[in-house]
Amino acid sequence: MTQNTLTASAPAEDAAPPAVKRAPRRGERRTGTSLVLHLTLIVASVIAVFPVAWIAWVSFGPDKTDFLHPGDIADKFSLSNYSTVLGDTEFTQWFLNSMIVGLGTCALGVFVSASAGYAVSRMRFPGHRPLMWTFLVTQMFPIAILIVPLYNLAANLGLLDTYWILILANCTTAFPYCAFLLKGYFDTIPVEIDEAGRVDGLTPFGTFYRLVLPLARPGLAVAAFYTFLTAWGEFAFASVLMLSEDKYTLPIGLATFVSEHDQQWNLMAATGVLIGIPAAVFFYLIQRHLVAGLTAGASKS
Amino acid sequence: MTRAITLNHVSKTYPHNIHAVQDFSLDVTPGEFVVLLGPSGCGKSTVLRMIAGLEEITSGELLLDGEWANDRTPAERGMAMIFQSFALYPHMTNRDNIAFPLKLSGRRDEMDARVEATARMLGLQDQLDRYPGQISGGERQRVAMGRAMSRRPTAFLMDEPLSNLDAKLRNRLRTEISQITRELGVTTVYVTHDQAEAMSLGDRVAVIRDGVLQQVDDPRTTYARPANVFVAAFIGTPRINLLEAVVHAPLTGRMSIELGRQRLQLPDPLSPDHQLLRIQQGRPVIVGLRSEAIRIDHPGNARPGEVPASGVVEHLEYQGHEGLVHLDTGSRPAVIPDLESARKAAADADRNGRGTRPLTRLRHLASARRTAAVTDPGPPPPYPPDTPNLGKGDLIVRTRPDLHVRTGAHVPLLIDLDQLYVFDHRGRRICPMPEGLPGLEY
Repeated sequence: MTQNTLTASAPAEDAAPPAVKRAPRRGERRTGTSLVLHLTLIVASVIAVFPVAWIAWVSFGPDKTDFLHPGDIADKFSLSNYSTVLGDTEFTQWFLNSMIVGLGTCALGVFVSASAGYAVSRMRFPGHRPLMWTFLVTQMFPIAILIVPLYNLAANLGLLDTYWILILANCTTAFPYCAFLLKGYFDTIPVEIDEAGRVDGLTPFGTFYRLVLPLARPGLAVAAFYTFLTAWGEFAFASVLMLSEDKYTLPIGLATFVSEHDQQWNLMAATGVLIGIPAAVFFYLIQRHLVAGLTAGASKS
Repeated sequence: MTRAITLNHVSKTYPHNIHAVQDFSLDVTPGEFVVLLGPSGCGKSTVLRMIAGLEEITSGELLLDGEWANDRTPAERGMAMIFQSFALYPHMTNRDNIAFPLKLSGRRDEMDARVEATARMLGLQDQLDRYPGQISGGERQRVAMGRAMSRRPTAFLMDEPLSNLDAKLRNRLRTEISQITRELGVTTVYVTHDQAEAMSLGDRVAVIRDGVLQQVDDPRTTYARPANVFVAAFIGTPRINLLEAVVHAPLTGRMSIELGRQRLQLPDPLSPDHQLLRIQQGRPVIVGLRSEAIRIDHPGNARPGEVPASGVVEHLEYQGHEGLVHLDTGSRPAVIPDLESARKAAADADRNGRGTRPLTRLRHLASARRTAAVTDPGPPPPYPPDTPNLGKGDLIVRTRPDLHVRTGAHVPLLIDLDQLYVFDHRGRRICPMPEGLPGLEY
């Protein structure tokens, strides 16, 4: 039997013609395909990187007209813009304001949207569906419409020109998305885990805090990232609600470099770079939590 | 320490008038092991979850040690629950999982010692510092048991703890569960749809159908004296033979039971158990014959109490220690609805508290199918798909493994009338005579 198969397979191997043009195996690409693919990706990367690189490059030119002839920047490369921005403007104050507002929005927004998302994910109460719709509907208004009423509210409450009002205003824009996001994330955590916790002696809030939140860390990281960036780059609310210069956030401060009469593009570029760095750092700190899969092993699935 | 659980006329109604549990009464004495048994979706898990406090009780009362406990939170009840899906905390090590209830109850001082002791008992010493995601299914369920045991709860509630495991592991863990609960002497309520599990574990078995309690008895009684045709059909493998029949009680001569083409002559004088059959004269009844109540032999070898019949061999199942012969005797098998419920998907949806939107329903169906595929290597469902319609085989007989019969052969049968069950048209058992009926004198 074995001998038969052996003798039968030997000539078949011999007879097989040498592979002239074999079909590509799985995971292999032909050169042409590879070329097109790489070209497309390179073009896409250039499009993505160019504006950032442009700003960074311009920020090294000492004169405000340097952006018109970027080739010359290499010869007069200097960090003078950075020293001007850091030394001669309110940059540090603005940076501090932005941090306070960004982290405040992040903390408040994540807390509120996590509790709301958890409630909507796990509890059944009258008006549960409409509540989800309300979240969505608030997202449909353009922010511009909200600015005037918010200003009036803030003025009546005496909250104008405080961090609080800006944090609250930023939360209103970031909250619905985050609540939705986190609700979806909580839905993927098996209800049995909550139930096991309740039987083991946790209060409903304890279940949320000690079991669900740790398991939802990737979701919370996304929400934190989103809320922080929303507040960090926000311009419209900040420009209306913050009146005095020492309460300006970075985007407002950034705008002061370019006015009707004077455009200091070089300073603006340097500030832009400086604004971008904390956002990147924040992303870096949080990205390791963005890995999903923490629930693996919770239950058989 | 261990406690009595009493359910008095407990009902659970979901929105849209779905009655999951109806008028359920059960008394679990301290230290007892009670199994809730029934097909999927019959409400057995709901009963357990009401005891645990995870599900509100619509009406009726729950007493723990005689005290009204409907409104106590799960934490206040001091019970431990083991879930079908294990429900371990995946972000904690196994050690922390086991220690978690202790931590919550503020007994940190003795925590380490208890965790070690529990782990030793369950053979988990080497797994303590790993995460639930890194160990096998059987070990996970052991960790879940450890988590339940570590706090020394007043009662164990187990919701199909073995049905996510493969068959071999299931048997081993079954033994372990039995040993551990007896050792700890803690009241245990155990939910399963597997009658073999129920029979081997329970001090008493409570059979539930469609949210209604059918019978609570020790395993022997449930098997030997099923209260109704559903219990008879649900307990025992191979499934009891249930045949449509008519009782003939002529004024003169012996009473007989007509099974399709055949007639079983009842002995004269009638045994007390058979007396009630007289009033069923002419009405359709269901006859139940366990496969060990029948044997293949010649009428000449009949022992007292056995009556002859005959059948044609349809199909043979060789099982090693025994053989199962499927026969056609020309009678009609009775169909018992609800042995496997179609309400499972809906019940699952309700349980998770997510509405019944079409998409979620689909997802549940899909996951139900997936888990079904995983958990399948258990005993086959008690309703072989070919029995009712396809083929004419209406009787399964248990034989010695060395008995050789040909398919299509005509074989003589002897039916032991002492092991004959008769159920009336409503499914209640009338033979052997139900308990608590006044004896009929004549």
